[in-house]
Amino acid sequence: MSESLHDVRLTVNGVPQEAQVPARRLLSDFLRHDLRLTGTHVGCEHGVCGACTVLLDGEPVRSCLLLAVTADGHDVTTVEGLGTSQDMHPVQQAFRECHGLQCGFCTPGFLTTAAAFLVDNPAPTEDEAREAISGNLCRCTGYQNIVASVLRAAEITRERGAT
Amino acid sequence: MTTKLFGEPVQRVEDAKLVTGTAHFLDDLGQDALGVAFVRSPHAHARVTDIDVTRALEVDGLVAVYTYDDLLASDETEGSAVAEPLPLLIPHPSLHAPRTGYALARDEVNHVGEPVVMVVARDRYLAEDAAERVVVTYDFLPPVVGVDNARRADRTVHDDVPDNVAAYNLDEVGHVDAAMAAAPRRLTLSLDIERSASMPMEGKGVYARWDAADGSMRVYSSTQTSTSVRAAVAAKLGLPAGKVECVAPMVGGGFGVKIVHPWPEEVLVPWAARRLDREVKWVEDRREHFVSSAHERGQLQQVEVGFDDDGRLLALDVRFWHDNGAYTPYGVIVPIITSTQLLGPYKPGAYRCEWWSLYTNTVIVTPYRGAGRPQGVFAMERTMDAIADELGLDRAEVRARNFITPDEMPYDHGLVFQDGRPLIYDSGDFPASLQKLKELVDWDGTLAMAEAARAEGRRVGVGLACYVEGTGVGPYEGAHVLVETSGKVKVATGLTTQGQGHFTSFAQIAADELGVALEDVEVVTGDTRRFGYAVGTFASRAAVMSGNAIALASRKVREKALRIAGEALEADPGDLEIVDGQVRVKGSPAASIPLATVAVLSNPLRYAFDETSKAATQFAVGDASGPPVGDDEEPGLEGTDYYSPTQSTFANGMHAVVVETDPETAEIHVLRYCVVHDCGPLINPMIVEGQVHGGVAQGVGGALYERMEYDENGQLLNASFMDFLMPYASEVPHIEIDHLETRS
Repeated sequence: MSESLHDVRLTVNGVPQEAQVPARRLLSDFLRHDLRLTGTHVGCEHGVCGACTVLLDGEPVRSCLLLAVTADGHDVTTVEGLGTSQDMHPVQQAFRECHGLQCGFCTPGFLTTAAAFLVDNPAPTEDEAREAISGNLCRCTGYQNIVASVLRAAEITRERGAT
Repeated sequence: MTTKLFGEPVQRVEDAKLVTGTAHFLDDLGQDALGVAFVRSPHAHARVTDIDVTRALEVDGLVAVYTYDDLLASDETEGSAVAEPLPLLIPHPSLHAPRTGYALARDEVNHVGEPVVMVVARDRYLAEDAAERVVVTYDFLPPVVGVDNARRADRTVHDDVPDNVAAYNLDEVGHVDAAMAAAPRRLTLSLDIERSASMPMEGKGVYARWDAADGSMRVYSSTQTSTSVRAAVAAKLGLPAGKVECVAPMVGGGFGVKIVHPWPEEVLVPWAARRLDREVKWVEDRREHFVSSAHERGQLQQVEVGFDDDGRLLALDVRFWHDNGAYTPYGVIVPIITSTQLLGPYKPGAYRCEWWSLYTNTVIVTPYRGAGRPQGVFAMERTMDAIADELGLDRAEVRARNFITPDEMPYDHGLVFQDGRPLIYDSGDFPASLQKLKELVDWDGTLAMAEAARAEGRRVGVGLACYVEGTGVGPYEGAHVLVETSGKVKVATGLTTQGQGHFTSFAQIAADELGVALEDVEVVTGDTRRFGYAVGTFASRAAVMSGNAIALASRKVREKALRIAGEALEADPGDLEIVDGQVRVKGSPAASIPLATVAVLSNPLRYAFDETSKAATQFAVGDASGPPVGDDEEPGLEGTDYYSPTQSTFANGMHAVVVETDPETAEIHVLRYCVVHDCGPLINPMIVEGQVHGGVAQGVGGALYERMEYDENGQLLNASFMDFLMPYASEVPHIEIDHLETRS
């Protein structure tokens, strides 16, 4: 027996992609293993930890709970699409400045979550920043520096806008 | 001028890749490798009577199905040792009935999750399809679940261990019975600690590449010890160590669980890769991690304490029962640490500790951050609070009265620590630490605030706890430091990294020693191709062990650089210094030579391979009177050295917390959390504070939220992140930190 395949057309980090995938292919596996964008990590495969969070049309979603076929026609942004080491997104720069990561495995999910949050709320309070990341699990940092990173990212965004 | 980097909160060099998604973790490698799934026991205790794989064979993309019989056949025909029990990693005299599992169950399973059948297929999806078509028939056996059940011993985990006792140990320092009888006051406490687990965000994973032509194996594993995985794989597959390489790629957290090795999968994946002559990869999913990795913490404890009217300890008599799960591959390190580190910063008077390590039909119990220390600290700190309550004394004062004082260092407890060496504290200033903590939290003011709040009907409490932490556990670590002809410095140490920032802290040490910029230093850890001798990363030992080894190796390189530069500059090496990558004469910086050039000169050449190397060729180098490489010298600007201390070093810390509970909902709010920590001189304060934050978060989780919930049948009822509650940002308080830096 072999599986039937389905056409998927979507945009990932600004690049149009076409593929044929089994219906059950998870979006997380599609991104990681078919498109080889391994920055998106899988921590639990049941939608709780948030490590696999990507942006679907700008909104954070758990890519382990979505099938690749359901992303057909949509625009996906992964951590690789936020910025590069030469041209970092404010959240990437802030996490590095504030020691917002240790092992770095959960980090892509925090970065995508924080990036979307700061679009909605460019000047959060500390409580709002903490609330915004409270759906993602991190086992290393105790979250304190992640909260600081989100606040710093807002600041960097403002600094960049001012120049 | 080169700025001293030791002690500076420099940003981490590893982060640029980690925040842009370009670092490589285990599952980011081997994209074309075959996938693996395991059929794992759904029963806590059973005999395997039949395995039928017929229906699995129908799955398109199936490559192989292996059972224990295949392991046996391999051992008989291929010289492997994969059918033998997994190794007992740390033997100990108290461990009179050690038992370890098999890579695939032989005829009996002893916990839910134990691997029974290995399925290899084109990818993991197909491997799971095939795995669910394998039919295993079991004869049920009664399971042993929980310490009470194990102690009762009306059921047994292993037929030949009738009392379920894997290990028993009794230590006594002084005469406890006499001291207890003579004590003016006595209290007893019964304590119970729940099971939790390391639960790193990245589970385990193994990826193996067999090179048939070369007869060599490369194994990537998400491990805390690549050198020992390499040795274990070589032994299991019957390969010379020189034909096995093990690499720990970026590892997504460990916290202890990844120090255990070889896991069944670390044996089976390379074994299958060789058999199939294909790349093979297994990546653990979260449910597998819950039921087939390791747990920790679960203990029952009884404490009897004798003390005087001032709250001074006269006798401490502790008995505890430790649940070690189904097997004991990591020996009895956890109960040893509980029994020794229980003493914390205190003089116990006469001390007796008696413990039993018990088999149950549950996941194995091996070190999770603290590795038995949290249990010991819990027992001791509850005891301190009980004494203070009994006498109506301030809890900080009772603790202070029992402290070992700085003038009593080094302090010998008369016990043997987890490294087989005497438990001798090298350093610590506990009165100063407590004073700092009281200032940080405003102890008297906070107690008054809590009192006032309680008078208003609020439920506010203040907690205090102290601990001493054995770190820098031996036997050794080493390092290799190389200055390339580009002037870049390459550092390799054998222990591994799971997010502790070693790539930065170690680079700070090497950069300081060699007088080069941080960005010119690159550190590699956990790669046997770069450094083959190591122990591993556990017990907060990396900074002490590899940090010192890197400093020593760097000093060797520095000495060599000064010698070669001295010849080139016609100066006494003692008059030279290295600043910003330039070797120069102190006081006359114009007389200088780049470290890069010194590296070129260190390796006398016949052949120039680029412009800079021309300087070292045979017609360019001046002195023709002696050998190009002296009798006691080696080519290359590099050095290797090892650090092997006679015993562990001891850090310490004290925490204070203010907690309010809602009397209606029992909701808990941590109002303040204060930490004073003394790990000696900080290499990178930013990284140290990050470690403290993470430790506190895991403590909050362990104390308030996390619990492995087994039912009476040995089924883990909450094997998911939906039901096993690790703290989110909403559960972890803001943490205030102060440091003491007492030198060893």
